[in-house]
Amino acid sequence: MTRHLYRFFPQLENRTITVPAGSVAEILNAVNEIAPGFTDYVLDEHGALRRHVNLCVNDTMVIDRKTLSDRVQNDGSVFIFQALSGG
Amino acid sequence: MSNMILLGTRKGTVIFDRISDNWHPRQITHAGIPVCYTARDPRDGTIWASLDHGHWGPKLSRSRDHGATWEVISTVKYPKGARHIVKYLPTPDFVPETPVAQPEYADAAVYKIWNIAFGNANQPGRLYAGTIPGGLFVSDDGGDSWGLNRPLWNHESRGGDLFVGDATSENRWGGTPASVDYGVFEPGIHSIIVDPRASEHIHIAVSSAGVIETTDGGQTWKGRNCGMLMDYLPNPAADWGHDPHFVTSCPGQPDHLWQQNHCGVFYSDDGAQNWKKVSMPDVGVNFGFPVAVDATDGRTAWVVPARADSARMAIDGGLFVARTTDGGQSWQSFCDGLPQDNAYDIVLRHALDSSGDCLCFGSTTGNVYLSEDRGETWQCLGNNLPPIYSVRFG
Repeated sequence: MTRHLYRFFPQLENRTITVPAGSVAEILNAVNEIAPGFTDYVLDEHGALRRHVNLCVNDTMVIDRKTLSDRVQNDGSVFIFQALSGG
Repeated sequence: MSNMILLGTRKGTVIFDRISDNWHPRQITHAGIPVCYTARDPRDGTIWASLDHGHWGPKLSRSRDHGATWEVISTVKYPKGARHIVKYLPTPDFVPETPVAQPEYADAAVYKIWNIAFGNANQPGRLYAGTIPGGLFVSDDGGDSWGLNRPLWNHESRGGDLFVGDATSENRWGGTPASVDYGVFEPGIHSIIVDPRASEHIHIAVSSAGVIETTDGGQTWKGRNCGMLMDYLPNPAADWGHDPHFVTSCPGQPDHLWQQNHCGVFYSDDGAQNWKKVSMPDVGVNFGFPVAVDATDGRTAWVVPARADSARMAIDGGLFVARTTDGGQSWQSFCDGLPQDNAYDIVLRHALDSSGDCLCFGSTTGNVYLSEDRGETWQCLGNNLPPIYSVRFG
């Protein structure tokens, strides 16, 4: 994931996090178990992906940004990164 | 007299401490994160900062040890079922006077925590947070948990109770340009005033709706915009649609309220029942964002005027502060210590504050100025700060 998130969740730094396969929402909730509060940074209060956050399953951009129902298979990877902007 | 100044800036929180009559900045906190508002709770000394993360959503940050350490609060959230009528981005064909034929709805999400206010001493733990898109949140446990004030959210001026169904009245709240950064055009609550005499008596101000009052602790709300004028609309004296930039009151005389907006400086001496325009464009007092009121004399207020409205910059390249001591009947301008050449500063709505004889303001150009003689002379505390969103004495 983007290293920007390590500032808020140092326990995730330099780790490849392995969690059970499932929907992207389930994956993120599993990460939230390791790093409480994590989902508040990447999702809004309705569980939708925040506007300037992107997420890929393997090399494909997530389709369902609202409920994150896209499936992640065994041995699949999830990448989280943010749009770059501003100054 | 306060010994602390809190700055919310585009690049973090900057705290100045008064040490041996000199003001010293600490190293920046929340470095790199936009901080749109900071304030110190006078009841217990807790310092609050509103983090305006561009990517990761709005958060509150709280320090209970005078700024040494901070913790993040992520609990300002709209409840499930909170909806609002969607406004639209101001495109060239956007006609705000024409209501949308069929309302469209969106689930409410917090875009910005624009203002933080504190309850009176008889309500320990009570805090308020004003947000874009226009929800007022209340905490009774010192900010650990927050709840949406539903009577205001469900007000008839916003279309009624959208938790239970579609709109039953027309939405009269407009968007604020401050929301456009989030890709929306929604209203925001930027001013929250708790009456020191009665905790259940609160005024809030909304861009773009106006001033709204409750006298029963938030169970019912009424618009208080009588006398307000919007020069740019067909009906300048409409009940709703006003865009107060900032509203504040005199702690010692709470019925004296002041506001600065697009169309002038407005003053009320009857608890916002009636507003009176007290601008004097011929002396430069008309457009601006912040207003500060004396702690004991409700007739005394300060503004930092700017060139209205399309320019939004210092007038003729010179920065000055105007003060009235007679409820806006006359204004006196002060520029001693302020730049008079090539100054293009604009001072935003939360970026002027007073404490005793001291005033302080910061600009989007990163300049901070302090007066210790009620605004008559000024000293510079810094020229190279990030754009400044808020200034509050601690």
